[in-house]
Amino acid sequence: MGKDLITLEHITKSYDGTTILDDLNLSIYENSFVTLLGPSGCGKTTTLRIIGGFEKPDMGRVIFDGQDITSLAPNKRQLNTVFQKYALFTHMNIADNIAFGLKIKNKSDAYIRDKISYALKLVNLEGYENRMPDSLSGGQQQRIAIARAIVNEPKVLLLDEPLGALDLKMRQDMQYELKRLKEELGITFIYVTHDQEEALTMSDHIVVMNQGYIQQEGSPEKIYNEPENAFVADFIGDSNIIRATMVRDKLVDILGAKFDCVDTGFGENKPVDVVIRPEDVELVAPEAGTIEGVVTGLTFKGVHYEMDVMANGYEWLVHSTKLSEVGSKIGIKVDPFNIQIMNVPESEDEEAISETV
Amino acid sequence: MMKKVFERVYLALLLIFMYAPIVTLIVLSFNSSKSRAKWGGFTLNWYVNLMSDEAVASALVNTLTIAVLATVFSTIIGTFTCIAMIGISKKMRSVIMGITNIPMINADIVTGISLMLLFRFLHLSSGFSTILLAHITFNIPFVMLSVMPRIKNMNFYVYEAALDLGASPAYAFSKTVLPDLVPGIVSGALMAFTMSLDDFIITYFTKGSGFETLSTLIYSEVKKGIKPEIYALSAIIFVVVLVLLFIVNRAPASKTNKK
Repeated sequence: MGKDLITLEHITKSYDGTTILDDLNLSIYENSFVTLLGPSGCGKTTTLRIIGGFEKPDMGRVIFDGQDITSLAPNKRQLNTVFQKYALFTHMNIADNIAFGLKIKNKSDAYIRDKISYALKLVNLEGYENRMPDSLSGGQQQRIAIARAIVNEPKVLLLDEPLGALDLKMRQDMQYELKRLKEELGITFIYVTHDQEEALTMSDHIVVMNQGYIQQEGSPEKIYNEPENAFVADFIGDSNIIRATMVRDKLVDILGAKFDCVDTGFGENKPVDVVIRPEDVELVAPEAGTIEGVVTGLTFKGVHYEMDVMANGYEWLVHSTKLSEVGSKIGIKVDPFNIQIMNVPESEDEEAISETV
Repeated sequence: MMKKVFERVYLALLLIFMYAPIVTLIVLSFNSSKSRAKWGGFTLNWYVNLMSDEAVASALVNTLTIAVLATVFSTIIGTFTCIAMIGISKKMRSVIMGITNIPMINADIVTGISLMLLFRFLHLSSGFSTILLAHITFNIPFVMLSVMPRIKNMNFYVYEAALDLGASPAYAFSKTVLPDLVPGIVSGALMAFTMSLDDFIITYFTKGSGFETLSTLIYSEVKKGIKPEIYALSAIIFVVVLVLLFIVNRAPASKTNKK
């Protein structure tokens, strides 16, 4: 890890009586690629805008590099933003767009020229200096927006769903491009998205948010493999989330069948939620499985088959490279390591704040 | 086939009814005979006489002065009002737009009389200043009507992007918001100028005595008996307004066609 570059302390923000963020605390390390991930309305964009200075929190402080910048205007902050809708200056050509920040800082013409060609090279758009923004594709415009931001040598680049308006192929290309840029520039990226795949591909650190609270934060692997609650499990990819009973340490009763697991400390005969990823469900001969079921649905997805298996009253989602025909009887087995046990929230409110408790 | 012919004939009749009076007026302005019934040959005399008519010259100066000043003030006020409306809720915005649109749909004569009463009540002496105030008042809605769509379609992230890159709010505004508004402001100003130029009713009620604009001058001349010079003057006004309206309608189109 590194040292803290940005710290949000007790940030609270509401609009017209609706609380968007409630006592949010977050530390962002230097040189990391941090993604704020969550559904729309979860407060991720508001968090980013507070860091950028476009919104003021009702309460709380924003600390940047040891200094309180809570009430500093956006034009005085050492960070730059890439907006969702490109936000290029349509009446200026590409070179003038990129030079905008540098001209304000009264840099020399030679310096500006060097920076423009360096930035265009970095985003693979050499020779585009005299083009107008309208004549560029969405992906190209977004790359210009990134170039325009990074020539100012910010310590942090904020990206607000920058790939949201692009088509799938372009989005995937840009994900690798952004990751490469991050490595080359060696600065901190704070990225906002609702796309879990994007988050998993690019981030060093993911912050999952919902209803203004941080649900869980950690590395992509940790978030994916060990979700702390049903919301995170469900939001990060397809999952089988099943209400179950923890019989005792390392033994869980799922839909009436006893599964071995590795979790301890939940108590005896306590209700829990279990998460089992579809690719972790093994389909075996009926008598070899822990539960017996029938295949009810089959879809070919390219790299794998997606199957629905009805077993003990629950429809399991299964991803497998081995085909099982619809109607065939089948056994379900799960490796103990792949069963993730989570506490059951007692109310919806607790679900939202379970992380902060 | 029949339908097509009928459509053509209908359109032709429509245009004849609409434009026959104006065409008559323009033709008569070149008629050397003072009679309205017979053609006495082509002449430019009425136009020449017009140039040397002092009453017409002073009315023209008055009209242009008022039109220019009213345009400048109403454009500034209207544009700033629109910009201020960025910050308020959609509901409030439509309420304010509704209120500002009332003078536009209100009968001119009602607007004229109520302005006259207001000026009397305030003890403002009628003349140049009252006409100017009246023209500014009725021009503001036209400016707002043409600036507001630009505000609605604006991408405000562009303004934030400028701030983000280190621009002060004023610099960011002049570099991002203003260029987007310019076509709307220009067409609003032209519209206001046109409205001011050819207004008669409101001017008539707010002008007091001894101060004439072209429209009020024509009206008072016509009362005394029609002189062919008036045909010439009316023809000129018609052409000027036509050209201005043409420019207004072309302005937004040329903006969007620009590469």
